Amino acid sequence: MAREARPARRLLPDQRAELVLGALVCAVLLFVLLIVVFVFKEAWPSFSHNGLSWFADDGNVDAQVQAIFTAEANRAEPVYTFHAWPIIWGTVLITGGAVVLSFIAALFVAVFVVEFAPDWVRAILEPVVRLLASVPSVIFGLVGVLVVVPFIGEHVITDEQRRSVSYIVSLSGYSLLAGVLILSVMIAPLMVAVFSDGLRAVPRGWLEGSLGLGINRWRTFWKIGVRTARPALVAGTVLATARALGEAVMLAMVTGGVAFAPNPADGLIFFVEPTRPLAATILQTSEELTAPAMRHTIFAMAAVLLFSALMLSLVGWAVKQPMKKYGVRA
Amino acid sequence: MSAAAPPAAPVPPPTEPAQRRSARDSSASWRLSDRIGLAFAWTLGIGFLIVTAAIVLYMMVQGLRFIRPALFVTSPAAGFSESETGGFLDPLLGTIVVAAMAMAIAFPLGLAIAVWLSEYGRPSALARATESTVEMLAGTPSIVFALFGTLLFEQGALALFSRTNDGVVYGRSFFAAAAMLSLVALPLVVANVREGLQAIPGHVREASYAVGKTKLTTTRRVLLPAARPSVVTGAMLGVGRIIGDTAIIVLLLGATLRFNPAGDVPLLSELRGTGSTLTSFVYANAPTGEANQPTKAYAAGFVLLSMVLLLNVAVDVAARRGRRWR
Repeated sequence: MAREARPARRLLPDQRAELVLGALVCAVLLFVLLIVVFVFKEAWPSFSHNGLSWFADDGNVDAQVQAIFTAEANRAEPVYTFHAWPIIWGTVLITGGAVVLSFIAALFVAVFVVEFAPDWVRAILEPVVRLLASVPSVIFGLVGVLVVVPFIGEHVITDEQRRSVSYIVSLSGYSLLAGVLILSVMIAPLMVAVFSDGLRAVPRGWLEGSLGLGINRWRTFWKIGVRTARPALVAGTVLATARALGEAVMLAMVTGGVAFAPNPADGLIFFVEPTRPLAATILQTSEELTAPAMRHTIFAMAAVLLFSALMLSLVGWAVKQPMKKYGVRA
Repeated sequence: MSAAAPPAAPVPPPTEPAQRRSARDSSASWRLSDRIGLAFAWTLGIGFLIVTAAIVLYMMVQGLRFIRPALFVTSPAAGFSESETGGFLDPLLGTIVVAAMAMAIAFPLGLAIAVWLSEYGRPSALARATESTVEMLAGTPSIVFALFGTLLFEQGALALFSRTNDGVVYGRSFFAAAAMLSLVALPLVVANVREGLQAIPGHVREASYAVGKTKLTTTRRVLLPAARPSVVTGAMLGVGRIIGDTAIIVLLLGATLRFNPAGDVPLLSELRGTGSTLTSFVYANAPTGEANQPTKAYAAGFVLLSMVLLLNVAVDVAARRGRRWR
């Protein structure tokens, strides 16, 4: 009996498969944890040298980057001074502007696709949304650089405006406006996809009830459909915001390579002032990764991005909870 | 759904309400604000179509203007004029190589995670953690992965995957780029495969168990073949994301437009070395880039866009075949 008991402990193939798959899953989880831990660990020196003034507005970011890098190259005492406010402000402006713009557009487009479009328009629009969502960002960047930026430079900015700020920053068309416009075209299809899934999941009976009371189709869909799909609206917005935050390549191409903080007090010029968000700054300074102090600074920027992305997925998760209760998938 | 339908609701499909063609349906009698709303929806819907068509057609027209058969078979070269800078043979091959390598990691891994989540998922805390981690991966900027990649592949232990120079590991190679790109594709594979597996009704599994098949065999022989359209969709979307990514390529594959092998083992040295893909070629050839040959950028962008378009069509075909379990 005792002799027989030992081989019985051998795992069945099925149990072994479960263990192997579980181990793989654990390995991936560990790897992701490793990414988060290492990014923050590598970022720490920059934060600890600057304290909260890392986020402050003090001086020119490009000059600071230069100082960090040259100190390293001359084998001098490493410099860590870095005040990132201009690029954070640029990120907030571009992301915020694009999300607001594309939210409004995507909401109407989703309502149109789900409820009001004739069948043949819908048959075209749905694949088009998916296609636009999968166009690589570098192509948007190329179109931006060769079409949108020259257009803004030639037709939107007047010579007078150019002269009025020429001693601070040169206006060439590489601007906040170009970044916001192209980014909103990039993220709108993501929103449309999630929004229309949510709108389609609205129980038809609720809409029929409203129609039966003699309320017209637009008002019915706007007041009942869109309100019911609110969690999907938030989920789609969160998804699109995450994409907008992380967009580096297109924005590095069209917003101009200077870490300038556009100032709303400048009036209309504000929109055509150049800027550079966090992700694009990382991309453009990445050749200086070899210098340790610079590497810590770049990782600090990445840590801010990663932290924002983590917070966003937390928001997305929290929003999904009430939806699960009603069995709505989004 | 069925609970929400009271007996008053008629039997015909609910997507075609009876009021659709009634007089109240004509918006002439609506309030002004409602009519403005409807007009706005139409305008934006059509505007969306026009913007997309404009971008795609513009790229197509410019691409066809500048594309030459010779571009496909010549390597990029340094030069100042259009005739000197060569074509995009290396970037094209690089795109294919990187996509294949990244999918070779992401596809089995994503399949395993999706199967585990959908069929096993037993300590439920672990399942929930996995779910949110995959979602988090989907929301993480690819530039963060790229930076982590530079950190990871500069470790001495991973020197075998990239160029080494006097003990300093360069950390940029096809291996490095593919490893980090697989993280970008992973969430797409997991989400699609999982959705496909979950769409299979429970009685299919039970039928398989009832004839004495184990969970493993059921998954392999019944569930995965049945979910094949979703599996294919996930893989295609993953490939689409990989070939469209630029940040990881620029940081981890290096700035050389040609293949730049490291070492002298035939195939391995190419993979250990740096190179480029179509995205980094476009990035470098845009007016903001180092090479600055917009006509080449248009041609390469056209090829890239055509690949994405083809993938999209393939996804559509795969998805259309996937309506079996409804």
